[in-house]
Amino acid sequence: MTETTVTPERPLVVEEGDVKPGFIGQSVPRKEDKRLVQGEGVFFDDVKRHEMGYVHFVRSPYAHARIKSVDVSKALELDGVYGTLTGDEVAILSDPFFELSTPPGANIKDYALAVGRVRHVGDPVAAVVARTRELARDAAELVEVEYGPLPHVLDGEESLKDEIVLHEDAGSNTVWSGVFDWGDFDAALADADHVVRIERLHFDRFSSTPLECSGCLVEFNRGTGQWTIHGNHQMPGVGAIWMAPALRVGIDKLRFVSQDIGGGFGNKITLHPQYTACCLLARKLNRPVQWTEWRTDQHTANTHGNERTFLDVTVPVKADGTMLGFAVRAIDDCGAFPRYEPLGCIIWAQVTPGCYRWRNVRVDFTQVCTNKSPVAPNRGYSRMQHLWLTERIIDIVAGELGLDPIETRKKNYVKHEEFPYETPNGCVYDSGDYARCLDMVLDLIGYDSLEEKRRDAESRGKLFGIGIGSTLDSGTNNFGQSMILNPELQFSGNNEVATVKLDIFGEIVVTLGTVPQGQGHETTSAQVVAEILGCTPDDVNVRAGHDTYWNSNAGFSGTYASQFAVTGLGAVKGAADKLAGEMKQLAAAVFGSSPDDIELVESQARIKGNPEAALPFMALGAILNANNAGLPPDLDVTLNVRYVYRPLFEKPDLERKFGNLTLTYATQIHACALEIDPETGVYEIVDYAAVDDCGNRIHPQIVEGQVHGATAQALGAATHEIFTYDEDGNLLTPNFYDYHVPHALDMPPMKTGFIESESPFTPLGAKGMGEGGGAGIHAVCAALQNALGRRGEGPIVWRSCNPYEGVWDLLQKPEDTRKLVSVETR
Amino acid sequence: MEAVSRKTITVDVNGEQYEREVDARRLLIHFIRDDLDLTGSHIGCDTGNCGACSVLLDGTLVKSCMMLAVQADGAKIETVEGLASEGELNGLQQAFSDHHALQCGYCTPGMLMSATALLRENKSPGEDEIRKGIQGNICRCTGYVNIVEAIKAAAE
Repeated sequence: MTETTVTPERPLVVEEGDVKPGFIGQSVPRKEDKRLVQGEGVFFDDVKRHEMGYVHFVRSPYAHARIKSVDVSKALELDGVYGTLTGDEVAILSDPFFELSTPPGANIKDYALAVGRVRHVGDPVAAVVARTRELARDAAELVEVEYGPLPHVLDGEESLKDEIVLHEDAGSNTVWSGVFDWGDFDAALADADHVVRIERLHFDRFSSTPLECSGCLVEFNRGTGQWTIHGNHQMPGVGAIWMAPALRVGIDKLRFVSQDIGGGFGNKITLHPQYTACCLLARKLNRPVQWTEWRTDQHTANTHGNERTFLDVTVPVKADGTMLGFAVRAIDDCGAFPRYEPLGCIIWAQVTPGCYRWRNVRVDFTQVCTNKSPVAPNRGYSRMQHLWLTERIIDIVAGELGLDPIETRKKNYVKHEEFPYETPNGCVYDSGDYARCLDMVLDLIGYDSLEEKRRDAESRGKLFGIGIGSTLDSGTNNFGQSMILNPELQFSGNNEVATVKLDIFGEIVVTLGTVPQGQGHETTSAQVVAEILGCTPDDVNVRAGHDTYWNSNAGFSGTYASQFAVTGLGAVKGAADKLAGEMKQLAAAVFGSSPDDIELVESQARIKGNPEAALPFMALGAILNANNAGLPPDLDVTLNVRYVYRPLFEKPDLERKFGNLTLTYATQIHACALEIDPETGVYEIVDYAAVDDCGNRIHPQIVEGQVHGATAQALGAATHEIFTYDEDGNLLTPNFYDYHVPHALDMPPMKTGFIESESPFTPLGAKGMGEGGGAGIHAVCAALQNALGRRGEGPIVWRSCNPYEGVWDLLQKPEDTRKLVSVETR
Repeated sequence: MEAVSRKTITVDVNGEQYEREVDARRLLIHFIRDDLDLTGSHIGCDTGNCGACSVLLDGTLVKSCMMLAVQADGAKIETVEGLASEGELNGLQQAFSDHHALQCGYCTPGMLMSATALLRENKSPGEDEIRKGIQGNICRCTGYVNIVEAIKAAAE
């Protein structure tokens, strides 16, 4: 199993053997590593406080039930129990969290604990705090809850009938629905030579399941009325917007602190219910409280990725294989509470036509509640489901019309020369070269010898398939897209903050607003600062983690949605540029020269052409901070620069649902070759390659690491990771025993390659790229389809997760899925 | 509810002796993390699958969430905190950094202990042997590609 990295044949930026000047673009050693490989990171669960109590949630065993009574008296009698919190108390002490959707979803009442009714197995009904984790768990078992079971609904389509309604206040299970209609789909249909119809496709529930579960240690300061939350929330800016009104306090009363976070992947964006419960407990009991989620709790009751059913997919196709667009009805199942999810009703539109030049698209989108775990953003959030649809369309249409899936992709891809490319709904794809990435990935996987490989596999009784996954990783949201969801929402644009200062002894200190979870923000920030200030990354001290008290954060601060390379580093660059200007001003004042005559090199401010006239950074820091008598009165420098990076966005046209919804589009094109044993359905990925294009790479090793990780998660989701429920609404895969994530032996050999298509819209020409668009899921589905189907015959791969038993089913009853597809040729 | 029985145990962790009274039901990982405040070893699951809590107990690789602290009475325990000496990373730790074998770093302590056990048994493991050696450790960030490379490099 070897990994091959190829450099591009026709580089856009990097020439082979060329070394970029400076630190940007170099794989410098990661600053985070030294503490992490010694076990010296500080994760929230490592933080302890004197006399803190441990929280354990009492959770519903029913998918849907009325709460008749909650009796905590026996729990409170247990020695070492500090106190409890129930839903009734929560309803008095706090308000429901604000809802993003318009009605009916807007009328849902979502509290920190279940109030009056439980809506999924694992819904928290009470919390117990005790001296030890074990005692808290014991005490939770002594809480007596009387339930009145209600009928439940687990299927999204079924739920739309509203025969069983989860949220009485909303009166309907529909959270939000809307029709998106761009171009002229009816005309495209009339103009088509073939119309391919796919009755049903289903994107399954899974999640990236970060290895560190969620949690927090919450302290309440009675004197100031302020909570400090040591946690692992990955979007604290928005978390605070949710929590502060619910707790009936100003946003300044919530201080979020984190240093190291053990993976997030979006799953740690909606922790506000649990955190709010912990805030109420810390205040009620006047003691620090600590909650560490159990793995089983994370799987049953925190966040899943969203599940989406696509119905009546209709694709008009010209005789030469050019597709004119598509129409679809999408049903998004968000589980018991929508929380962040309504945004997912819009976010897919960032990639409306996928990688393709499709101009006529009609999507009828509905989000609906069911009695299952709530969902939340999960790596590839909402776009991944939609991109899977576009890739299934390509492969199914190609298969049914006898077209080559590779050539069909190339024919329909947006062309290199068309960038920046405006999609039918007004999004602007910034740069890229999809066809070239496809050629590279085919080269890596040895596409030339495809038939030989197929014959070899067939000689061993195996079915051979090869498939492509073409995806876009759109990054740097325009939050104005939330107004398409709900015009009342006052969110638009985006921002991120960084502060760079020069301190007394010449220390360069960087403070970020982001909340890193392994993406190497300390390292890449230091690269950018070093390049601008004329020092080395070792000279740059980047504070680890996030703290509201650092005052280096804004409303959208966080680490999510593939944006650090743009927003985070944009802020770092902005702050460092301004600091460099101030350092030159200060040096010029000292030398009695002009700032234009000063250069910053080798950790000194020098007069150009006269290296003898130099002030080391230490001198600059000391002069301004501690020895400033005699400086000119009009010298306006602080050497402590806070910069807010703000991408330039317009608010979208709400009527047409039209506008630029995101700033950058990284490309990932994957190829998968696999062999299926037709006797059992067992299949093995025998070759795998990924080509990534994320514009200018700040730190190639980190980029490649993200590609590896996103691929592993996608392969897990494609082959075995799935959240399935029994008929009573119990999750059948509630922990790593039943929910199998890839282990080292499960991973196929992986080859990687890259090109760099500089983004014209970002401060460093870079694009966010961490999510990866689920390319592995699309590639595996395509390869399975290629192995199983022939033109007009064989099964249709219609689900995103295809475990061996599922493939066996496809093989046994091809007619069951074949009937999902029809072709009308005119 | 019955009173919880307690017992005094003695362990050697990374060459240091500790004597503590613990609940008989206390998991070894909670004892290490919460009672000894050695928080390098982590917890990622409830079921013994993830390996984030892996330590060496009398030279044998164990998942410290799968045994009780009282069962470790008298044992010599090695954790991630004992790998470096005086702030100098050992070869394996350095290889993990050089090869970008960690992202969030949460699985890393357990991964390093599994790799330590592997390399003591087998000085030059092949790729499959490395993958078998860390199959009890889940990493959600790296896809294992660079972890395997790092262990390979450390062996060399």
